[in-house]
Amino acid sequence: MKLTPMKTPRLDIDALLDDRTTEIIVCCGSGGVGKTTTSAALALRAAERGRKVVVLTIDPARRLAQSMGIERLDNTPRPVSDVDSSAGGSLDAMMLDMKRTFDEVVESQASAEKARQILENPFYIALSSSFAGTQEYMAMEKLGQLHRQALEDGSHDLIVVDTPPSRSALDFLDAPERLSSFLDGRFIRLLLAPARGPAKLMTAGLSVVTHALTKVLGAQVLRDMQTFVAAFDTLFGGFRQRAEQTFALLQADGTAFVVVAAPEPDALREAAYFVDRLTDDEMPLAGLVVNRVSPSALTDLSAEEAIAAADRLRDSDSSSLAAGLLQLHADRVRIIERERHWRERFAASHPQVPTAVAAAMAADIHDLDGLRAIGASLAERP
Amino acid sequence: MTAHPDRTDWPGVRLHVVTGKGGTGKSTVAAALALALASSGRNVLLCEVEGRQGIARMFDVDPLPYDERRITKGAPDEEGRAGQVYALHIDPESALLEYLAMYYKLGRAGKALDRFGVIDFATTIAPGVRDVLLTGKVYEAVQRPRRSDKRADKGRHRDVITYDAVVLDAPPTGRICQFLGVNSELAGLAKVGPIKSQADKVMELLRSPRTAVHLVTILEEMPVQETADGIAELHRAGLPVGGVVVNLVRPRALGASALDQVRDDEVDPTAITSELSRAKVDVDAELVRSLLDEARDHAVRRQLEDEQRTLVEAEDLPTYELPRLAGGIDHGALIELAQLLRTQGMA
Repeated sequence: MKLTPMKTPRLDIDALLDDRTTEIIVCCGSGGVGKTTTSAALALRAAERGRKVVVLTIDPARRLAQSMGIERLDNTPRPVSDVDSSAGGSLDAMMLDMKRTFDEVVESQASAEKARQILENPFYIALSSSFAGTQEYMAMEKLGQLHRQALEDGSHDLIVVDTPPSRSALDFLDAPERLSSFLDGRFIRLLLAPARGPAKLMTAGLSVVTHALTKVLGAQVLRDMQTFVAAFDTLFGGFRQRAEQTFALLQADGTAFVVVAAPEPDALREAAYFVDRLTDDEMPLAGLVVNRVSPSALTDLSAEEAIAAADRLRDSDSSSLAAGLLQLHADRVRIIERERHWRERFAASHPQVPTAVAAAMAADIHDLDGLRAIGASLAERP
Repeated sequence: MTAHPDRTDWPGVRLHVVTGKGGTGKSTVAAALALALASSGRNVLLCEVEGRQGIARMFDVDPLPYDERRITKGAPDEEGRAGQVYALHIDPESALLEYLAMYYKLGRAGKALDRFGVIDFATTIAPGVRDVLLTGKVYEAVQRPRRSDKRADKGRHRDVITYDAVVLDAPPTGRICQFLGVNSELAGLAKVGPIKSQADKVMELLRSPRTAVHLVTILEEMPVQETADGIAELHRAGLPVGGVVVNLVRPRALGASALDQVRDDEVDPTAITSELSRAKVDVDAELVRSLLDEARDHAVRRQLEDEQRTLVEAEDLPTYELPRLAGGIDHGALIELAQLLRTQGMA
């Protein structure tokens, strides 16, 4: 049974990009749906329509990064050359250096001596350089920095942010709350206890926990953690404040979230999760971008007819070229039908989410022309 | 006890780690591999660690708890004998509580840890602990003594199941070395103590020939590049690289010479017209033109696929190909893919 095709509102990409009150666009979605490419394509289109844009990418494909001139991970926006600036716009791009961003926050918040203590702590080094979760926080931290800077010096009027490729990409939404509950919690007091007072003041519960932690982690790890927390103690307040500011910034009218998906069940299911999560948190959702939608069939010959005819031809000539053409057509029709089915399912449960579609390109995207083509495809009126 | 260990490319491997860039279908391949390995009476455990309940959806069963559940039979061998596929959804909170109970008999302290927010801290904020717990649980399933162990498993009323192979649907290629190497990070962080010895043991399994890390890709530039990067990174990290599974390969409806003709616009439309009318298709010039245009799109893509295939072959690893199935993925499709993996020697 086929679902009745429904009319989903169209996401008007050019209206979004041209709206001067749009200051931040956050692209989120699961891995492999073309999120980085979409961010870059939106940023380029906005720049060529007159906006002063900076795009913050997380992990661009090498050739795309090269074509934008950001092969180096240096945390500084670099101008992208060959952007058409006739409308008065410009495009800068930068790649996020997670560890460096974290280090900079520490350095800006603490005295030189304290910063050094923290930066050298083994627990901090592990936390800041290689573990999941940090990337999300740092992407948002960098966004906050760029935005503050843009307000001060007018260097940019639109920031486009790519997010890390995981469901935890939205973890930053929890950051303020998580930091607060952590800071106000008993665990931190427990870690700080030895630094703050004599052991005899510890409650029985605390000593049980300390004992258990020592048993599991070993005394040295616990000591490293305690040193880290003690050194970090005064910074946590600053961190919480920054996280709260970023949260408020994301929730503000100037921000637009764009959820990116591919026309596949898994990617659209993740997109539904993102849409629901953003709606629950009252984040300004602009709409859904569905990438890599297969080009439609050029003739309305049905898949069943094509297969039946191909079988008849192969009965007499197993290498029939026409049979091959028919089979390809049937395959194409089936894939389009399946993609439509999944998109209609998404639309049925989220009828109010405006959607824009980018057609699958015949080749991979690794230059500005490719990005322009994607931007044009997204903005096209059906 | 395995049926044809010498006929597969991975006879000594107990832990198959499956990774791949997002969108390449790594979870589908992991499931198909589990089905393929579960033949001839062998038990296979399929684990997921990303909290997505993808296995439950693929096999159309209720969301999986933190408990090993039999979900289906494997793909039958030549004599029609199948094995069993079990599934496990590993979440870090449950793994931590189980770990604490199992190794430290913490009892009251375990509850106190939870009350103090330590569990939440350990599984969400503390660096790497999450990945350590996830890999630790997989390690436990692989290392489990193979013969039925009579030792009472406190609080659980079931027999301990042992597995001939464990398949891990792992995090994506970009994060795989970090995920698998997290135990060595932790072992470096903790210089002595029980956590260190546990982390060292897990690392020893992951670096041993009993583990193989397979990479799933599609024949497009970015995923192939990421696969090559992933292989190099795995080598550097001393992790055992397995095979490459090329997924979602386009149908081979046209042979090489037909593809060339179509691409170069050298097909005679009148010949196609007459063939089509012979097949009782209501044909006109428009239809022939459309079919040829569609075929040209396909031929261009096939050429790009061939270029990427050459790059995959240059990695010089066992390579397996799976087709893009126009009907999508259901249980029947998974069995079909499993059989294809078997005939190609992956299982």
